[in-house]
Amino acid sequence: MLTEREPYYRQPLLRTPFHARMREFSQVDCFIPWSGYSTVDVFTTMEQEYFAIRNAASLYDLTPMVKYRIAGPDATRYLDRLMTRHIAKLPVGRVAYGIWCDDSGKLIDDGTVFRFGESEYRLCTAEHQLDWLLDSRIGFDVRIEEVTAEVAALALQGPCSCWVLRTLGLNGIETLAPFESRAFTLGAMTLLVSRTGFTGDLGYELWVEPQHAESLWDRLMEAGRTRTIRPIGSRALNIARLEAGFLQPNVDFVSSGRTLRNGTARSPLELALGWLVDFRKGHFTGRRALLQESQAQPLRRLAGLDVAGNKPAQNALLYADRHGRREIGSVTSAAWSPTCKRNIALAMLAAPYFETGREVWAEIYLNRELVWERRMVRARVVERPFFAPQRRRRTPAADF
Amino acid sequence: MSDTPPSGAGRTSRSSAREPHDVIVVGAGHNGLITACYLARAGLRVLVLERNPYIGGAAVSRELYNGFTYSNCSYVCSLLRTEIIRDLNLPAHGLQIIPYEGGCTLMRDGGYFALYDNHDALRREIARHSRKDAEAYDRFVRDMLRHCMFIKPLLLRAPPEPTTLTPHGIRELISFGRHFYRLGEERMAETMRFWTMSCADLLDEYFESEIIKAHLAGSSIIGTALGPRSPGTAYVLLHHYMGSIDGTVGAWGFARGGMGAITQALSAELRALGGQIRSEAPVQRILTRHGRAVGVQLASGEELRARTVVSNLDVRRTFLESMAPGDLPDEFLTQVRNFKIRGSSGKLNIALDGLPSFPAIPPGAPCIRGDMHVTDTIEMLERAYDDWKEGRWSRQPYVDMLIPTQIDPTMAPPGKHYMSVFVQYCPYQLAEGPWTEERRARFGSTVIDAIAQHSPNFKDLILHAEIRTPWELEKEVGLTEGNIFQGELTFDQLLFNRPIPGYAQYRSPIHGLYMCGSSTHPGGGVMGAPGFNAANAILGDLRR
Amino acid sequence: MSVARYDAVVVGGGHNGLVCAAYLARAGRSVLVLEANPHVGGAAVTREFAPGFRVSAGAHLLHLMPKRLIAELNLSRHGLSMAATHMPTYALASGVGTVRIEAAARSASDGLTAADAQALPEFFGRMHTLAAALWPLLEGIPPRLGAGEWRDRLTMARLGIKLRLLGRRRLRELLRIAGMCVHDLLEEHFHSPLLKGALAFDAVLGTNYGPRSPGTVFTLLYRMAAEGAAGQGLAQPAGGLGALSEALESAASAAGAEIRTATPVQRILVDGERACGVRLESGEQVEAKCVISGADPRTTYLKLLGAEQLDAGFVRRITHLRTHGMTAKFHAALERMPTFLGIDGIPRGRVVLAPSPDAIERAFNHAKYGEFSASPVLEVVVPTSCDAALAPAGKHVLSAIVQYAPYQLREGWDSGRARFTDLILETLERHAPGLRAAVSATELLTPADIEAQFRISGGHWHHAELALDQFFTMRPVIGAAQYRAPVPGLYLCGAGTHPGGGVLGMGGRNAAQQVLREAR
Repeated sequence: MLTEREPYYRQPLLRTPFHARMREFSQVDCFIPWSGYSTVDVFTTMEQEYFAIRNAASLYDLTPMVKYRIAGPDATRYLDRLMTRHIAKLPVGRVAYGIWCDDSGKLIDDGTVFRFGESEYRLCTAEHQLDWLLDSRIGFDVRIEEVTAEVAALALQGPCSCWVLRTLGLNGIETLAPFESRAFTLGAMTLLVSRTGFTGDLGYELWVEPQHAESLWDRLMEAGRTRTIRPIGSRALNIARLEAGFLQPNVDFVSSGRTLRNGTARSPLELALGWLVDFRKGHFTGRRALLQESQAQPLRRLAGLDVAGNKPAQNALLYADRHGRREIGSVTSAAWSPTCKRNIALAMLAAPYFETGREVWAEIYLNRELVWERRMVRARVVERPFFAPQRRRRTPAADF
Repeated sequence: MSDTPPSGAGRTSRSSAREPHDVIVVGAGHNGLITACYLARAGLRVLVLERNPYIGGAAVSRELYNGFTYSNCSYVCSLLRTEIIRDLNLPAHGLQIIPYEGGCTLMRDGGYFALYDNHDALRREIARHSRKDAEAYDRFVRDMLRHCMFIKPLLLRAPPEPTTLTPHGIRELISFGRHFYRLGEERMAETMRFWTMSCADLLDEYFESEIIKAHLAGSSIIGTALGPRSPGTAYVLLHHYMGSIDGTVGAWGFARGGMGAITQALSAELRALGGQIRSEAPVQRILTRHGRAVGVQLASGEELRARTVVSNLDVRRTFLESMAPGDLPDEFLTQVRNFKIRGSSGKLNIALDGLPSFPAIPPGAPCIRGDMHVTDTIEMLERAYDDWKEGRWSRQPYVDMLIPTQIDPTMAPPGKHYMSVFVQYCPYQLAEGPWTEERRARFGSTVIDAIAQHSPNFKDLILHAEIRTPWELEKEVGLTEGNIFQGELTFDQLLFNRPIPGYAQYRSPIHGLYMCGSSTHPGGGVMGAPGFNAANAILGDLRR
Repeated sequence: MSVARYDAVVVGGGHNGLVCAAYLARAGRSVLVLEANPHVGGAAVTREFAPGFRVSAGAHLLHLMPKRLIAELNLSRHGLSMAATHMPTYALASGVGTVRIEAAARSASDGLTAADAQALPEFFGRMHTLAAALWPLLEGIPPRLGAGEWRDRLTMARLGIKLRLLGRRRLRELLRIAGMCVHDLLEEHFHSPLLKGALAFDAVLGTNYGPRSPGTVFTLLYRMAAEGAAGQGLAQPAGGLGALSEALESAASAAGAEIRTATPVQRILVDGERACGVRLESGEQVEAKCVISGADPRTTYLKLLGAEQLDAGFVRRITHLRTHGMTAKFHAALERMPTFLGIDGIPRGRVVLAPSPDAIERAFNHAKYGEFSASPVLEVVVPTSCDAALAPAGKHVLSAIVQYAPYQLREGWDSGRARFTDLILETLERHAPGLRAAVSATELLTPADIEAQFRISGGHWHHAELALDQFFTMRPVIGAAQYRAPVPGLYLCGAGTHPGGGVLGMGGRNAAQQVLREAR
C-alpha cells in the first residue's frame, strides 16, 4: 500500500522523467493523457515531426507504455496460456509482438514481450492489464508486477537512428537484428536497446532507469544534432504507424475488456492478426473459440484501403455501391500518407469485401469553410503495410 | 425518446361528464404529480389532493430552521428519468440538477478512501489501497454499465405479466423475452446471476480491498431491510447505479434549491397544463360503486367525484387504509398485507455554523463535496443490519452524509452549511418499546457521535438538527413504516411481482383505480418512472 | 506404464460417481471407477468412529434420492433396505414445548394452535404442488441458454408448459415466493415460532444462509421437490448411508463396471483437444475415451485438470464459485438411549433443535464473521433407535447435523473444536437431560475435516453453495452447466453440478445421459 498523500485531484496525471525536457521543446503546449501520464501530442508542427521519423531521427517518450515484469518458474507456461503466440520458442534476448484474448477469442490487447531469461519476461502494453494478468495467473507459479514507473523509455526511430546510437557510443549496435534486444553500458547507465518500434521504419527503443532519463535524452539530442534529430508527439507517430499498418487500441479495435454491447469486440482473425495465433502450441485462453471461428467462413475483416482523392476518410461509412445502398463497414483509421502520397485507411469490412483488390465506396464529409459536403469516394482494398522500407529489416543497419 | 402519450386522448369521450374532474390523484408526491401532468397533457381534467400543507411527498425542500433549506427526506437525485424532465419542461420551471463530485469513506484508523470523478485520479487513489482493485474497478464499472443497459429499456414501461394469455400480454412477454435473449448466452446467465446474488459476493468477484468494497456496498443497503450479504442486494446496488446525469451513468447530483425543486417544477407544469392541486385535503376514503372507482371522500367529509382515481400512496396505505374492506377481494387484501414495506432508514438534517473539518481528507480534496461515509468494512455494514434485525438502531450505523451547500448556494446563509445525513439502519419498531423523544434523541446522538469521530469540530458547529426515524417519515409523509421505496426492492417484489403478482400493470382490482407510487415497478428513488407508466396505462384504458 | 482403454473412467466413487458408472455400464460401456479412499461412497459412508459404534459419517438420512433412480438401478436387489421410512420430525424448544410434524408432512399432531394446525397441511399441500412443478427443472440436464439446439428449446418449452399448467394463481405464487426468504414466507402462514423454526431449519440446512436470506424458499422448494420424487419421506437405510453406497457399488459392478479403491487420481490427462484418461498418484496411466469427475468443480478443474487447459475467464469463474461449507457433523457414542424432553419414549424420528427462525438467524449471525454459532441449531437422529446393529448391544449412537460452523473459523478449528463440541453437548443436554453423562465418545467433523476426509474442497455438502445464482444453467458455472467441461471428453457428475447435493444421485444420472447422448 502506498502511503504518500499526493494531491491526485489537483494533478491526476503523472509526469514522466522526460517531462521537463519535453516542456522545453514544446512550442504549442499540447499535452494529452496516456495511461495515467501526461505526454506530448505535438511539439511544433505535426508535419515536421512526421518527417523526422521518415527522413532523419525522432525521439518519442515511451515511458507511459505500461510495463509488467513477469517472472517465476511458470513464467513461460503462463505466457503461453495468456498469449496466442508460442512464447516458449522465443529465444532469450529476443522480443515478440503478441496479443491476448478472452475466453470467446476476442482481442483484449496487444503488446511486446521481452525475454530476459529462462523464466523472466517483460510485457509492454498500451493500456493497464493487471486485472486480467493476475486473474490469468491462477494455477501458475509466477510473479507479476507493474514496473512502468521504474523504467523510462524512449523510441528513437528513423533512417538515421542507428547512426545516432553509434555516435552515442553504442558499439556494435548495427548488428542488432529486428526484434532483438541487447544491454549497453554508457558511462554510469545501463541501457537496454531493442530494435523495435511503432513506425515501421528503422528504429530502436531504449530503456533505462529513471534517474538516467534526462542524461540519456540530452546525449541523444547531442549525438543526433547533425542529423536533425527532434522530439515528436503522438500525432506524428500516428501517421507513421498507420503507414506501417499497425493497429491502435481503442481506435482500430476496442478491447473486449471494455465493450458494453454485444458484437463489438473483435477477434484476432477479424483484425487480420491470424498470423499471431498458433493453434499447435497447446492451450491458450480463447483457443477453442478461435479454432471454431477459424473453421467457419469469416464474417468481417480489417483491411487496408487506398482511398481516391486526398481527404482522409476519417470515420467514413463504407458501401458496396456508389449510391450507398448497401453498407459494408466503416473506416477505423485514416490519414494522408506524406511519404506514399496516398490517401490511406484501415477499415473493418464485411465479407467478401475485405479481399484485396475489391472496390468499395467511402462516404466522406468535407468541411468547405463550414459548408459541409458529402462525397462518395472510390476506395480499393490493398495489402498492408502501406509503407515498408528495406532499411527497417536490414542487418547490419546503416545510416540511411 | 420517451413513449409520450398522445395528447387529446380521452377528452372527447367525457366532454359531457358531470363531474368537474376526470381524474383525482391522491397524494402530491413526485410520482402523483408526474402522472397528473401526463394526464393533463392528454387533455384530462386532473385534481391532485395532498394531505400536507405543502406538496412534494418525500421530495421536498423545507425551511425548518432560520434561513436553512433542508431536503429533509430524499436528498440527492440521479434516477429521475431524463425523458420526464424533458416532456414536462421541468428546466423551464427552474429545475437544475447539478452533479456532485465523487465521495469518500472515512476509515476508523484515520485513513480514507476517495472516489474522484477523474479516472486517472481515481485509479491512483484506488491503487493506494490495492493496485489490482484499481484496474478491477474498470471491469466492475463495465459490468455495472452492461446491467444498466439491460434494465434501462425496462424502466419506462409496464412489466410483462408472465401468466398472461391475452394477445397484447403475450406480445409484451415475447418482447421482454427477446430483450433478454439478445444478450446472448453468457450475458443472459450473468444477468440471472446478478439479479439473484448478494452485493458482498458480487464485490468479492472484483475487489480484494475491504475499503473499496465497503464504499461501494453502501448503495446496496440504502433503504433496504437487508444486509450486504443478503442475496438480492446486488440488484439494489444497481438500482442506485442506473440513473444518469447528462449522459454520465451512475452520477448523482443535487437539485438546486433542494429536492423540493423537482416537485415545485412539476406542480408549475401541472398548473400550466390546467391541472389543479389542493393541499391540506387528506383523503379519508377512495369511493367505489359496483367495483368501480367513483371518487374520494376527504377527511372533512367532502366528496369529490371522478371516474378515474390514481393513488400515489403505497399499496398498504391505498388498499388497507383508504378503502372500505368489503370493496376488495380477500385474497388481494392478503397479498397487500404480505407486501413487505419495512422501515429501515433514518435521517438527520443538520444546520451547521460552518464547514466541518475532516482531518483525514487532504485539504482541498473535492471528495467532501460528494457523499461521505464512515463504514469501512462489509462486516461493519452487516453488523449494522444485525442490529436492525434485533429491533435496535445500528450502534455503528452506515451514514451517507452530504453537504450540498458547498455546491448549491441557495440552501443556507453565506458561510453556513446544511448537512443531510441518511442513516441505515433504524427500525420502525424498537424492541425496547415505542419511539419516544428520548429514544429519538439517543438515536440522533449515535449518528452525530459516529460523524464526530471523524470531525473534531462537527458537534460545535451544529445549530439545529432534525432527527427523523421511520416513525416520523410515516407520520409526516405517509410512507408506511417510513420505507423510502414504498416497498422492499427484493426480487419477490420486483418487475411483475411489484407490488402484487397480477397487478403489476398499475391497475387494481377496482375498475378506474390505479396505482402510481413507488410501490409499483420499477420502484422508488425519485425516478418518476412509476408515475409515467401509470399515466400510460390509464390513457391506454381510456382510449380503448 | 500400463495401458488399459476404457470407454469411461469415473474419478471418485461417491454416490454420484457410482450412479453414473452404473448407468454407463448398463448401457454397455466399459467403465472404471477410481476411488481415493479405501472404500467407496464418498460422504455417503457408514464408519466406526468409536470401537463398536458406527454411524453415517456424512448425510444420515436418505430422503432425496428419486425412487425412479432406485428402481432403475434395482438397488433393493443389490441390498438396499430401509430401517425406517416416513420418519416424523420433532421440533423441540426447551421450556416451550414440542411440535411433532408427521412423516407425510401433511399434519402436525400436537403442540400447535388451532390456526397453525389448520394452516400446516394447507401450506404443505401448496408447497408440494409448487415443488412438484419444479421437479422437471431439477431432474433434467439444464438447457444452454441461447445456444439454439432443438433439445435445449424443447427442455425450456417443457418446463414452461409444466409451470403454466400450475394455473395462473399458483404460477404467480411460485414466481413470487421462489426468490423470497423463508422467514417472510412462514410469517405469512404461521404463528408458532417452534413450527416456523423447524420449517426454516429445513430451508437453510447445508447452506450459508439464515432464514432472512432471500432465496431460502427456493432451497426449501428444492428439498420438497426432491422429497416428492423420492416418495418415502425421511428414511434411514439399514446399515446407514454406507449401505446405499454398497448397493450402488454392487449395482455398478453387476452391470460390468470395474471399481478400484485406494487409487487416488493425480491428474486428468488431455491429449491435444480431448480428455484422454487419468494419471494415478502411483504414476500409472489409464486411458479412456472420456473422463467423468465426481469430485467438486474446484478440485476437478484446478487440481485434477489444471488451469493451463482452461481459459482464464473460465478459471476466474471457478474461483468465484462459493464452496465454503457452514455445516458440521457431530457423532456421539451413548451408553444408553437418550430421553428428549417432550418426546415420549424412543425418538424414532428426527429431532430438530431450532426454537424459532430468529434463533436460527442469530446462530447464523456468528457464522458471517467467522465464528461458530453461540447457540447452534441441530438436526439430531438416534440411528440405533431403528437400527440396533450400528452399536454394541444396548448402546446407542447419536448423529447430528450442526449449524453454523464456518469452514474458515477465525480462531482456527484447533482451539475451536473442543469449545464447539462442548457447546453442542450443552445444547443436547438442555433438551435431553442426562445425555452428557451417557456419552462415551464424540466426533466432530467440521467443514475443514469434511474437506480433508472426503476430498471436498471447502467442505461444502453441496460442493458449491446451493443458491439461485449457482443453480440450473449457472451450476457450477456459466457455459459448463450441462455436465460437460470446456475440454471435450471431460464431464462432471458431482454435487457441484445441477441439481446439487444431498444424496440425490441426479448429477450422476444426468451426466451418464449426457455422455451417452454425445457418444451416439
